[in-house]
Amino acid sequence: MKKILGILGLLVFICVMTALMSDRFLTEFNVENLIRRTALFGIISVGAAFVIITSGIDLSIGSVVCLIGCLLPWMLVEKKLGVPLSLFLVICISLAIGLSHGVLITKMKLQPFVVTLCGLLLYRGITRGVVQDQTQGFKSGFTTLRELSQGQMPLPGTDFGIPNPCLILLVVAVLAIIFLNFTIYGRYMLALGRNEEATRYSGINTDRMIILAYVICGMLSGLGGMLFVLDVGSAQPVDFGSFYELYAIAAAVLGGCSLRGGEGTIIGVVIGAAVMQVLKNSITLIDWIPTNIEYAVIGAVILGGVIVDELVKRFAAKRRAMAQARVR
Amino acid sequence: MDLHADGTVDQESPLLEVRRVTKRFAGVCALNDVSLTVGRGEVHAVIGENGAGKSTLMKILAGVQPPDAGEILLDGKAVNIDSVHKALDLGISLIHQELNLADNLDVGANIFLGREPTKMGLIDFGRIRRESQKYLNMVALDVSPTTLVSRLTIGHQQMVEIAKALSVNARILIMDEPTSSLSQHEAEQLFQVIRQLRDQGVTVIYISHRLSEVKELADRVTVLRDGENAGRLSREQIDHDRMVQLMVGRDISQFYARRPHSIGEPVLEVQELRTTAWPHHASSFTVQAGQMVGVAGLVGAGRTELLRAIFGVDRMLGGEVRVAGKTLNLRSCRDAIDAGISLVPEDRKQQGLILEMGIRSNIGLPALNRHKRGGAFLNRVRERKDSERMIGELQIKTPSDLQLAQYLSGGNQQKIVLAKWLAMEPRVLLLDEPTRGVDIGAKQEIYRLMEELAERGVAILFVSSEMEEVLSMSDRVIVLHEGRVSGELRRDELSEEAVMQLATGREPVAAGKA
Repeated sequence: MKKILGILGLLVFICVMTALMSDRFLTEFNVENLIRRTALFGIISVGAAFVIITSGIDLSIGSVVCLIGCLLPWMLVEKKLGVPLSLFLVICISLAIGLSHGVLITKMKLQPFVVTLCGLLLYRGITRGVVQDQTQGFKSGFTTLRELSQGQMPLPGTDFGIPNPCLILLVVAVLAIIFLNFTIYGRYMLALGRNEEATRYSGINTDRMIILAYVICGMLSGLGGMLFVLDVGSAQPVDFGSFYELYAIAAAVLGGCSLRGGEGTIIGVVIGAAVMQVLKNSITLIDWIPTNIEYAVIGAVILGGVIVDELVKRFAAKRRAMAQARVR
Repeated sequence: MDLHADGTVDQESPLLEVRRVTKRFAGVCALNDVSLTVGRGEVHAVIGENGAGKSTLMKILAGVQPPDAGEILLDGKAVNIDSVHKALDLGISLIHQELNLADNLDVGANIFLGREPTKMGLIDFGRIRRESQKYLNMVALDVSPTTLVSRLTIGHQQMVEIAKALSVNARILIMDEPTSSLSQHEAEQLFQVIRQLRDQGVTVIYISHRLSEVKELADRVTVLRDGENAGRLSREQIDHDRMVQLMVGRDISQFYARRPHSIGEPVLEVQELRTTAWPHHASSFTVQAGQMVGVAGLVGAGRTELLRAIFGVDRMLGGEVRVAGKTLNLRSCRDAIDAGISLVPEDRKQQGLILEMGIRSNIGLPALNRHKRGGAFLNRVRERKDSERMIGELQIKTPSDLQLAQYLSGGNQQKIVLAKWLAMEPRVLLLDEPTRGVDIGAKQEIYRLMEELAERGVAILFVSSEMEEVLSMSDRVIVLHEGRVSGELRRDELSEEAVMQLATGREPVAAGKA
């Protein structure tokens, strides 16, 4: 809870500072766009969070975004497969990717880093091969489908609306929160993330739970890839979605997930994703920050956040020791 | 009482004297006015329950932590041990309970780690080999200096640690619970080496939970209780009951609370079971309802693997396990748990508990699936009630059941592991070293619990390396040797000699019986 307040504070701070330094920050267009981007990144970050909670890692998220983001318009426009079949295939591919990661990691006992690093290379390479490095787009068609990303639900009585991706994120996040905190399977994931052996000794099929985490991550990456391409309209296989896995992992870590596993809240992760997007946005908007140092700024902020978190943790540990001493 | 007190020459002054040392941690008094006098060339045991301050005192001697007050005299001269380096310079070496070897390196490299001799800027491997051999000979360890440490048994690794300490000219060797992971046989080898070292003039300060070995080894005993001196015993005063009394501060007349009760039908039947430890050797035995059966044997005899196979953690290589007459198909722990089997595993921190989770979640973990609601949802009410009931029944000392397991003492942690399985109401309870690293008070409570469960008709099978525990708690003892049951002993046939003979594979004295 305290952790969420901390990251929320950081988000508010960056928003206020940016609003003070740029009058373009609080414009309707910018806010709407920001919410949309946050929602899209939030979805893939929630996926990353599941894997990280089981003390794993998924480096292939960006490449899955690329694969799905390019294959969807390719199937619709080039292959003319029709919307239902294309969506079905996209879901199947995402599922298969997550499943294969999970099986390789649990049954073959390969390291998550290695498996998903190979995934990162594989899926981008496959995408570029399949679509021959050609940019894939919807060519101003499929407007109904693109509403999924571009549309919004109007708020009655105002001119504003909630972007659809935000609603999708809301559904994803609520389901994830229920799963993680109110079902036995969520508890199993948290437990095995901390100590897989003890969890297995408690009669829990840990392999199955780990596979499930990678399937969730694969599915959400696929969903993210679909929404990303529906949002921007076209995708270049060379760089579509590149580095997105790092944004997702960074959001999860900022949001309170430990790479050691067993720790993390969905709300925190979503706020973490928001911090990343607001930060990117503010670098673009604030004139005196050169845009080309974007990565350096993001890196510095995350590092600072992690250091502060560690210091707070140590302070709390010391206080607890003092409190225990007083009890005795 | 001390030798030097009766006016003999100064040469007779004690080698090491700790005077009125006090140490506080964040306000808690870990040591209060503690004194310790260790004579030249003696084996001096320091005993006490967990939290009595033994480890803190040793850390102060080894320069890991500075004392808040008091002084330390070496050869009658006050010394300031402000770092591990300084302690080593003074000839004081501490061998930790958890061994500190780099097991990816060879024996010689470990002995000279951080002090590698060089020739022209490069490591002089020849010299490391020659010098290491010398120290290995001193501890009578027959392995080559070029053997990888990971290939050695725990017992041999400990010898390497001792050799390492000798290589820095240790005069005082502090050993913190050195036998906690050794078999009887390895422990005896260690005692042999300790005696040899003593005869060569090395002083050994020996910390242990195992009173039988203290009795066997120590020239003198210092007892600590709650961070204070509780007493001092010289060679002829050392006996088991007296030590326990000083440690606990009260008389324990019935330490192993065995009460006679009826034994029922066979519950656990194991037939021709083969495990990964000894793939070609099989063992068979039966445990009846209400019976407590001890499994004895040396480390490596396959005792832990036996329990793991029955619990379904490891695939069994052959044979059959039956519970109440029904043959089990053991593919995972789940199958064993569903059949009513529970295991309190060997390594409580790694296999028994999730240290970073609360007590309540730990206790509830195996039962979540049983009490789930609506197909997948947690039954938090049930979880809370189970945990409250168990904390009460097992007298787990904690301010709240949301406390993380890592902040509890070893004894209370072990009780949580027991609690999580008792909440499952097992028919067969397997325990692997149930009282390892647990203080005397908690030990007694664990014995009491085992006894109560047996009375309720649970079939109990436990593995223990502590001879006293096996001899006192078992209705029957199964002795394993190289993966085979080398013999079974009824309660009236039990003796240390009989168990050891079977454990080492020698023919029992009363041959033909087994």
